Amino acid sequence: MTRDLSKLDRQLINRLQDDLPLVSNPFATIGDDLGLSEQDIVDKVRQLRDDGFLTRFGPFFDAEALGGAFCLCAMSVPEDRFEDVLTKVNAHAEVAHNYERDHRLNMWFVLATESRGDIMRTAKEIEHDTGLEVLLFPKKREFFVGFRVNA
Amino acid sequence: MTLDTKDRAIIEATQAGLPLVPQPFAVVAETLDMSENELLARLKSLKSQGIIRRIGAAPNHYRLGMTANGMSVWDIDDKVVDELGEQVGSLSFVTHCYRRPRALPVWRYNLFAMVHGNSREEVLIKRDRIADLLGEACRASDILFSTRILKKTGMRLSGQKG
Repeated sequence: MTRDLSKLDRQLINRLQDDLPLVSNPFATIGDDLGLSEQDIVDKVRQLRDDGFLTRFGPFFDAEALGGAFCLCAMSVPEDRFEDVLTKVNAHAEVAHNYERDHRLNMWFVLATESRGDIMRTAKEIEHDTGLEVLLFPKKREFFVGFRVNA
Repeated sequence: MTLDTKDRAIIEATQAGLPLVPQPFAVVAETLDMSENELLARLKSLKSQGIIRRIGAAPNHYRLGMTANGMSVWDIDDKVVDELGEQVGSLSFVTHCYRRPRALPVWRYNLFAMVHGNSREEVLIKRDRIADLLGEACRASDILFSTRILKKTGMRLSGQKG
């Protein structure tokens, strides 16, 4: 299951988090930087993906710029009703992901819909289905993150 | 911002990822019945419009051992929250950083910063660095660790509208 990443693998994972140039042979420059052939880079990227170290290689889209609407939501779910409420919440296809967190507000999920109006409608439906209040935390501003995993 | 049918087709064809071959754009262009040059020009345009943020790979946090994730939340004076949010976002270990509305009286926090780490201890150390940066502008804070993934679907980016 686990294999040790070589120094080269780590360099490659770090390098692949940079923005790659939109050119015919995007892996060639990485190969030049790391002292490998273009084909070596392609093979290594595929291996890292197949081994699960990388989830995806390609363009990352700004989902809102494509026209969708998103909203972080939270609920305070009584312990003894948790599984029942979870089933009702997750039944909505608009719930994109959902996390249990260690707080009084213990269920945090993201609604992803075609329009802003659908966010409100879905939240109301979930309140109706569960009898619990859904708090909405729409993003007011997103701050640029320079995050990268240091592999 | 305008997306025409061809742009939509490009988004549809690439949102699951690019083929891992030396010339990935040439392969995609062929499936879309357009030239590689046109595809690259359209991708550049989508990027300049902010629809594409970057081309690259997404590392799998969990596979790389970063199994702890904490949503750190902060109650920051509205007058300075945007300025400080920029600084928090630029910390190398913050994966997402947003200003969101408060939900008083139950929720007083208006700045959310997601932090990943190899352990809760590591996440807490990173949280402390955010606290140092925020200083007196921070009136209260909390951190919510995820204890269970309850649902995770691939974000489906609709390419069918327009």
